[in-house]
Parts: sequence; structure tokens; C-alpha cells
Amino acid sequence: MPQLEFSTFSPQLIWLVITFVGLYLLMSRVALPRIGGVIEQRQSKIADDIDAAQSLKNETDKAIAAYEQALAEARAKAHTIAQETRDTLNAEVEAERAKVDAEIADKIAKAERTIAATKTAAMKDVRQIAGDVAGDIVSLLTGSKITKAAVTKAVGKAAGQ
Amino acid sequence: MATQSGEPGGGEGGLAIDPMHQFEIKRLINLKFGGLDASFTNASLWMVIIVAAVALLLLSGSSKMIPGRLQSVGELAYEFIANMMRDILGESGRAFFPFVFTLFMFILAANMLGMIPYSFTVTSHIIVTFGLAATVFLGATVIGFIRHGAGYLKLFVPSGVPVVLLPLLVVIETISYFTRPISLSVRLFANMMAGHTMLKVFAGFVVAMGVLGGWIPLAFMVALTGLEILVAFLQAYVFAVLTCIYLNDAINMHH
Repeated sequence: MPQLEFSTFSPQLIWLVITFVGLYLLMSRVALPRIGGVIEQRQSKIADDIDAAQSLKNETDKAIAAYEQALAEARAKAHTIAQETRDTLNAEVEAERAKVDAEIADKIAKAERTIAATKTAAMKDVRQIAGDVAGDIVSLLTGSKITKAAVTKAVGKAAGQ
Repeated sequence: MATQSGEPGGGEGGLAIDPMHQFEIKRLINLKFGGLDASFTNASLWMVIIVAAVALLLLSGSSKMIPGRLQSVGELAYEFIANMMRDILGESGRAFFPFVFTLFMFILAANMLGMIPYSFTVTSHIIVTFGLAATVFLGATVIGFIRHGAGYLKLFVPSGVPVVLLPLLVVIETISYFTRPISLSVRLFANMMAGHTMLKVFAGFVVAMGVLGGWIPLAFMVALTGLEILVAFLQAYVFAVLTCIYLNDAINMHH
């Protein structure tokens, strides 16, 4: 069994110490700080990125809230403006209509009065004409003059009935 | 035991393949270090290859925010060990992360590179695994005494036990504590050696049974290779987990 040859123990142990210490120094001084540094750097980068993403998300949420509030305010304002405008317009229309109604009523009254006056005047004229015509007809038929007063009286009697 | 003189694998006999031959240590460059034999052997070569392979894997990757393939592998290994340590040791184990990581990568690379045909498995030698396990054991014990002083000895005294049983339990706890490096090293060494020996034996069957019968052991070998790759990873993981548990005893004294 070559493992139990004691003469090979000292060279093996000496070279084990040399190579193991060499590997240890290489690992502890160079390789492990390098690998560990990269891993740490990566982890901190990821943590930073997550933090940044979180803060950006918060900002976005805030912006969305502000926007929604502004939107709600604007909507409310628009609603009031519309309501106000509608009210004013309604009032104006109402006033205008009342005015126009009054004017129309006035005009109607005036027109009715004119019609009435015209009617009376016309009626008066008609009686006059009727009297004249009747007088003329009577005088033509009878050949005698008839007084105006008599004719008027007769016409008035006929028209009065 | 086999000596240097014999060449059991070399084949005049042809079919007489020694499955232990693959574990033999060959001195490539003879070196002396203060009277000690410090020869550069095939085991030393593979240790250097392990360091080079791990370094290549973890250092040649980019270090970008979005990782490439190689960088992903490095980060996967890093996070795997870091999570395992956090689960077992909590945050108090941060200081030992480089050590446990190096240990895991060294054993994993040794086991995996050992799966390459004609390579050498460093962890199939008890002295190597014992060297690693003894380092862990001594380190954990020293840390325990530094952190808790003499209070660390309370680890051997289980709480909530009748006084009559206490001497017996202290003996058992002490024995179990001191067998930790042995069980830790033998587990890895035995797994590696047994696996590679078995592969070699089946490979010998393939050759011995020829073109007609050799397919059956070959199928076994394919399945065993898959199993061995799993074992290679699992044993590296087990070694790292047990190291963390021993360190946890030393630091937090959970009992």
C-alpha cells in the first residue's frame, strides 16, 4: 500500500503546506474579495434600483392623485358654471318673454281700440251714407224733397229696429 | 507492503494489473529541506495543478455586473460555501470563510482532477487528508481556548446528565473529540482510495474478459465513474461541513 510508505510523508506534507498556503493567499487576497465585491455591488445596485423604482412609483401615485383631484375640481367647477349660465339664461329668457308678452298685450289692446274706433266711425259713416242714399232714393222716387232730419230719423228707426 | 523495487503494473504478465500502482509516489525532482526529504513528486505536481486549476477557474472570470459563464461558476462556489457557513456558524464565522473556501476548493479540485484517467489523486493519500484534518482540528481547538479560555473544557461535560454517569460521558466525549481528525481524514482518504481501486479493478476485468465479455464490466465502470464524480463532490462538501461544525463548537460552544 503506497499510502503507508513513511518516506513519502515528508515531501507530501511539505508540498501540501506550500500549495495550500499558496491557494489560501490567492483566495483570501485576490479571488474572494473580487467575487464578494461583485456580488455585494450587484446586490446594492439591485436594492438601489428597487428603491428608485419605489420612489418613482410613489411620485407617479402622487401625480395621479393630484391629477384626479384637479379633474374632480374642474368637473365641479364646470358643473357650477353650466348651472349658473343656465340660470342666467333662463332668467333672461323669462324677462324677455315677459317684456314681449307685455308689448304684445299692449299692441293687441291698441289694435282693438283702433278697430273699435274704426268700427264706430265706419258705423257712423254707414248711417250717414245710408241716410244720404235713402234721401236720394226717396227724392228720386217721389220727386219731392225730404228733409235730412226725417231721413236720419227713418234710417235710425230702421237701423235701430 | 509494496516497495520501490517492484514494478507490479508494468506488464510482461499483461493481465496482472496492480490496482494500488496508481497511488505510488514517484520523485520527479529530488530536493532536501533542512535534512527533510522535500522532493517534488507526482503528488506535488498535482497539488500545483490543483492550485493552478482553482486559480484559473476563479481568477480568469470577468467581474461584471451581469456575470459570464466562468464568473457564474465562481460566484456559485462562493455563495454555496458562504450560505453553508451562515447556516452552520451564523455571522460569527465570517473570519474563517477564506479558509473553509480554500479547503473546499482544494479537496474538490483534488477529487475531480483525480477522475481524469492517468492523473494522480492527491486526496487518496492518508497523510494529505490527515494533514488537512489535523490543521482543522488544531485550529478549532486553539480558537476554542482563545475564545472561551478554560471554559472550552465544558465541551466535554454534557449538561443535564445525572452525576453518576458524568465520568463515563466525559471520557466518551473526550474520545469522540480526539477521534475527530482521524474520522475526518480517513473518511476522505478511504472514499477516494476505494473508488479509484474499484475503477482500476473493473478496468482490469474489461481487459481480461476481452472484446466479448468486457462490455459488462465496462458498463459497470461507466456507472461507477458517475458515482465517483458524485462522491468526489460529496466528500469535499462533507469535509467542509464538518470543518464548519467543529469551528462552530469552538466559537459558539453549542452543545
